[in-house]
Amino acid sequence: MSEQIAATQVEHIARLARLALTHEELTRYGEELGHILAYIEQLNEVNTEGVEPLAHPLAVHNVWRVDEPQPSLDAQQALQNSPATDGRYFLVPKVLEHYDAS
Amino acid sequence: MQYKSLIGMEIHVQLLTRTKLFCGCEVQFGTEPNTRVCPVCVGLPGSLPAINLHAVELAIRAGLALQCTIAGFTKWDRKSYYYPDLPKNYQISQYDLPIASQGILEYELHGERRPVRIRRAHLEEDAGKNLHDSPGMTQVDLNRTGTPLLEIVTEPDLHSAEEAFAFANELHRLLVYLGVTEGVMKKAQMRFEPNVNVIITHEGVEYATPICEVKNLNSFKALRSAVDFELQRQLAEWQRDHDYTLASCGKENRGWDDDRQETVYQRGKEEAHDYRYFPDPDLIPIVVDDAWQECVRKALPEMPLARRNRFMQDYGLGLKEATLLIEDRPTADLLDAAVKAGGPGNILAKHFISFWQQHANSRECTIAQLGVTAPRLAELANLQQLGRISSSAAATLSEALFSSDQSPAEIARQRGLEQVQDRGAIERLVDDALADNPQAVELIRLRDKKWEKSLGFLQGQVMQKSKGSASPILVREILMQKLDLNQG
Ligand SMILES: [Zn+2]
Repeated sequence: MSEQIAATQVEHIARLARLALTHEELTRYGEELGHILAYIEQLNEVNTEGVEPLAHPLAVHNVWRVDEPQPSLDAQQALQNSPATDGRYFLVPKVLEHYDAS
Repeated sequence: MQYKSLIGMEIHVQLLTRTKLFCGCEVQFGTEPNTRVCPVCVGLPGSLPAINLHAVELAIRAGLALQCTIAGFTKWDRKSYYYPDLPKNYQISQYDLPIASQGILEYELHGERRPVRIRRAHLEEDAGKNLHDSPGMTQVDLNRTGTPLLEIVTEPDLHSAEEAFAFANELHRLLVYLGVTEGVMKKAQMRFEPNVNVIITHEGVEYATPICEVKNLNSFKALRSAVDFELQRQLAEWQRDHDYTLASCGKENRGWDDDRQETVYQRGKEEAHDYRYFPDPDLIPIVVDDAWQECVRKALPEMPLARRNRFMQDYGLGLKEATLLIEDRPTADLLDAAVKAGGPGNILAKHFISFWQQHANSRECTIAQLGVTAPRLAELANLQQLGRISSSAAATLSEALFSSDQSPAEIARQRGLEQVQDRGAIERLVDDALADNPQAVELIRLRDKKWEKSLGFLQGQVMQKSKGSASPILVREILMQKLDLNQG
C-alpha cells in the first residue's frame, strides 16, 4: 500500500497537466494523492481470480444508431456557452503546438 | 558500416460515413465552422454517444480485406486528451480489444510481392481543428470532432522510403476500392505516421537508433521524403554520437516541415503523454458473431491486385494499362460487365485504354461516368471483332454513341463506317498492290528472313488503297491466298 507518492511522480503528473507546483505543494499533493490511492486500493482485497474483466455494467451489446444525418446546432447555439468567441469559433487561450490526437 | 532500416506505419483513415462516429452530425469538409456540431461532439454534460453502425461495418470490411482476425467482442476506451479540439478531455478509442488484429497486406515493388504484417486496426474519433491565425488566442472549430477514423498499425516490415511509399499507395487503393474511405488526401482523409529507426552493426556490436515517429503526413510524397530524410538523419546522428540510441534516448516524435523538407523534433520519451485509458462507461460493447463476419466477407469485392492480374491475363493488357484500368472501381466493373454482355475482352480493353479514356479525360470524368452502357460497349467491340468496322472506325463511332440512341451497327451503316467486305473489290486492290511491289513479292516467295515484314507491308499498301475501309481480316486472307501462303 502506498501512503505517499514520490515527489518526482507528482512532478511528472503536474508537468503533464501543465501545472507549476511549489516544493511544499509537491509534498502535500504527494500525501493527498497517496491517501486517495490507498482508499481505492481497498478494492484489491477482493479476490477476482477467474472473474472476467467487466467492460460494461449492463448485459447489453450491439445497440446502434443508423448512419443518417440529424440536425446539428447552429453556430450561435453551439457557441452560446463559450466564455469567448468571435461569432464563428470558440476562442481559448493560445494552445501550444506539437500535439496530436493519435 | 552495415545497417538495416526498420519502418512501421500508423495510418489514420477517415471512414466513408455520412455522420460522425457517436452522433448524427453530418461529416462534411469545408463548411462554416461549428455548424456540424451537437451536444455530443461538443462534449456538453449529460449528452450520450450512440454508435454509428455503418462505421463498425466499414471497420470489419477493412479488417477482413487485410486478412485480420475480427474480434468477437470489442469495446470502447477513453484516452486522455488535453486539447480543446476534443472538448470532452478524452478521445473515444479502442485500447486492448481492437476490432481487427493480426492481418497482412501485400504490396508490389519492382514486380515482386512483399507482405507487411498488420498488427491491429481500431476505431476512434477524430479531433477538431485548432487554428492559430489570430494573435493571443486559439480558434477552435469542432466540425471534424467525432469523425470516424480507423487507425491501422503495421509491424516494422518496411525497409526503405520506396517500400513505405509503395505500401501506402497499395493500402490507399485497397481501402478506396472497398468503399471504406473516400481517400481524398487533400482533405486529410488518410494520414500516415511512419515509425523509423535503423539497426547498425559496427565492429560486431549492434546499435539501434531511437524510434522516431513522424506525425501526420498527408501525402504520399511527404511520406517518402520524410522517411528518406529520417533514415539519413539518424545515420548521420549516430555517426556523430554513438550514444544516439534507442536505449539511451528512447522514442521521439517529430513533425515534417514541407517547406524545408526536413523533420523537426517535437517531444521525447520523458514528455510522453500518460493516456490513462479506461473503458468508456457510456458505451456498450460490440459483439461480432460469425454470421455477421461471413455476411461482410461475402460482399467483399475482388482485391485490386488480383483484379489487375486477371485483367492482364484475360484481356491481354500490359501492367501499366491494367493498373490504370483497375484504379477506378466502377470503370473496372463496367469492363467486366461489358465482357459479361458478350463483348470480346481484349478489344474492349483496348477501347477502354484508348478512346474511352480519351473521352473521359476530355470530359473530366471517369469512363464509368461517361454513361455508355455495357451492352453498347460490347456491341461496338463485337463489330470490330467481326471485321465489320476497323479500329479507327470504332473510335469514330464511339463519339457518335453519345449523341445517338441507335445501335452501334445502325450508326456504322448510316455513316458509311463499315468496312468493305466485297471480295471482288478487295481482290482488285490486292492485285494492284502485288503488281506495284514486285520486290516485296519476290522476298516472300524466297522466304527471305524478312518475308513476314514484307507481307505486312503489302497489307498496308492494300489498306491505303482502300483508304482504310477494307476489312483487314479479308485483306490478309486474300493476300495469303494469292501468294500461296498457308493460312494459320
Ligand atoms: Zn455531433
